[in-house]
Amino acid sequence: MVTINVNKFKCGYCGACVGVCPAGALELVETWIEVNETCTSCGICAKICPVGAIEVKK
Amino acid sequence: MKNEYDVIVIGAGPAGSIAAKTAALKGLDVLLIEKRQEIGDPVRCAEGVSKIWLRKHIEPDHRWICADVKGSRIYSPDGTMIEMAEEIAGGEVGYVLERKLFDRALAYESAKAGAEVMVKTRAMDLIMENGFVRGVKVMHLGETYDIRAKIVIGADGVESKVGRWAGIDTSLKPADIETCAQYLMSGTGIDQNYCYFYLGNDIAPAGYVWIFPKGEDLANVGIGILGSKSGGKHAVDYLNEFVKKTYPNARILEMDVGGVPVSGSIEKTIANGLMLIGDAARQSDPITGGGIINAMEAGKIAGEVAYKAISKGDVSTKALQEYENKWRSTIGYEIDNSLIVKETFTSFTDKEIDSLAHSLEGVNFSSMSLLDLLYALFRANKKLLWDLRVLFKNVVKYELDFER
Ligand SMILES: Cc1cc2nc3c(=O)[nH]c(=O)nc-3n(C[C@H](O)[C@H](O)[C@H](O)COP(=O)(O)OP(=O)(O)OC[C@H]3O[C@@H](n4cnc5c(N)ncnc54)[C@H](O)[C@@H]3O)c2cc1C
Ligand code: SF4
Ligand code: SF4
Repeated sequence: MVTINVNKFKCGYCGACVGVCPAGALELVETWIEVNETCTSCGICAKICPVGAIEVKK
Repeated sequence: MKNEYDVIVIGAGPAGSIAAKTAALKGLDVLLIEKRQEIGDPVRCAEGVSKIWLRKHIEPDHRWICADVKGSRIYSPDGTMIEMAEEIAGGEVGYVLERKLFDRALAYESAKAGAEVMVKTRAMDLIMENGFVRGVKVMHLGETYDIRAKIVIGADGVESKVGRWAGIDTSLKPADIETCAQYLMSGTGIDQNYCYFYLGNDIAPAGYVWIFPKGEDLANVGIGILGSKSGGKHAVDYLNEFVKKTYPNARILEMDVGGVPVSGSIEKTIANGLMLIGDAARQSDPITGGGIINAMEAGKIAGEVAYKAISKGDVSTKALQEYENKWRSTIGYEIDNSLIVKETFTSFTDKEIDSLAHSLEGVNFSSMSLLDLLYALFRANKKLLWDLRVLFKNVVKYELDFER
């Protein structure tokens, strides 16, 4: 199940979200962010993204 | 690409390139991998760096230097300005770089020293055997490869995974990261001799706005806020507000975003067969957010220790402890002091910042060091001295240079 949504049109592929994810669920691949199933929907990545590109799905 | 090297360095930022260069110069067989297709791009940096420290690692080249800086102007929330300038014989104190070209120049140095460099090559995992890191699983143009190495150096920046793969938790808490956005702008009209800093919880909660000259009429206008203060509004929203109010007629030529670790030293940066360096080891300065010089310093130490360890045939944590000790007693020491300052300053209200700034009015600064600024603040504010007494104790013990 995908628990967050990254708006790839906003994302500046900076990797900050990857650095804060406690679950290690994120990966910056070339110019996009990939999310794996270990995401716990904690919302930290969405909070710190400099451009607000991440949305946590309820 | 071969299937075995002495050293594999993951990430071709300043940390990785200096580590690869240092190890290659010692005669080791080195592979430097970078997942991007262009080293240094996109930029996630304000590009300010101290001259003296830079010279320790590379001869300055006008091709990647945009501006020479002779001082800083710091503005408190009510507009009080503190100027810190320094005229060193023969030149100014700082440079503003073109990181795209600078990072590539550093990678080129490592290639000239004999390292093999591969772009569009992403580390996906470590090869682990009997509790030792023995190489890296990489993806290059969609194909995966196992490459073995005696030592792996993780220089993979703020998004580092290398430490986690080896069991070192490097994840940053929201209060341990500055979340940043920056525009390269033309037409701000700033004096190109200065770097500008604007403080205040309204414009940049627990952070600051910076304006760094980039030559001609260009400047990096950026903002960093503490991750714990982000959410409702993000860094880019604060930046847009500042720019709209301050430079309504300036033009945006580039947008950069990024995160700077401000956690201070982490517990462990080595494992059997592994060293972490630069932002991957969270070695950026918690108060200024500067990380280029620390990354290069750590890269140099790691390259040297890799050579010693491999020569002795021992790549265990026991042999790599020398890296840990060396960086902690040099850059680590300053990082820890900055962390104390950060924790005090991020708790200040705008009123408190203003009153600190007022207390400095008329003080003549002949140097740009944070330490001198602190001394002046201590003289004028007894309470601050008390809050930062731990730091003061350390300062008395060692001659400190905060400038990097
Ligand atoms: C907005 C902003 C402003 C800043 N301003 C300044 C400043 O003015 N002065 C200053 O000194 N510092 C500044 N910094 C900090 C500075 O940019 C960093 O500290 C510095 O770049 C760290 O260097 P590094 O080599 O450790 O990491 P990086 O420069 O981040 O390099 C890491 C490299 O590793 C690559 N990588 C990551 N994962 C993998 C993988 N799995 N496989 C292969 N490659 C990988 C990345 O693509 C990247 O190229 C700023 C940072 C930000 C975000
Ligand atoms: S923090 Fe935001 S801008 Fe940066 S890579 Fe993650 S989603 Fe993209
Ligand atoms: S919501 Fe939490 S667990 Fe999920 S990707 Fe973001 S930071 Fe990681």
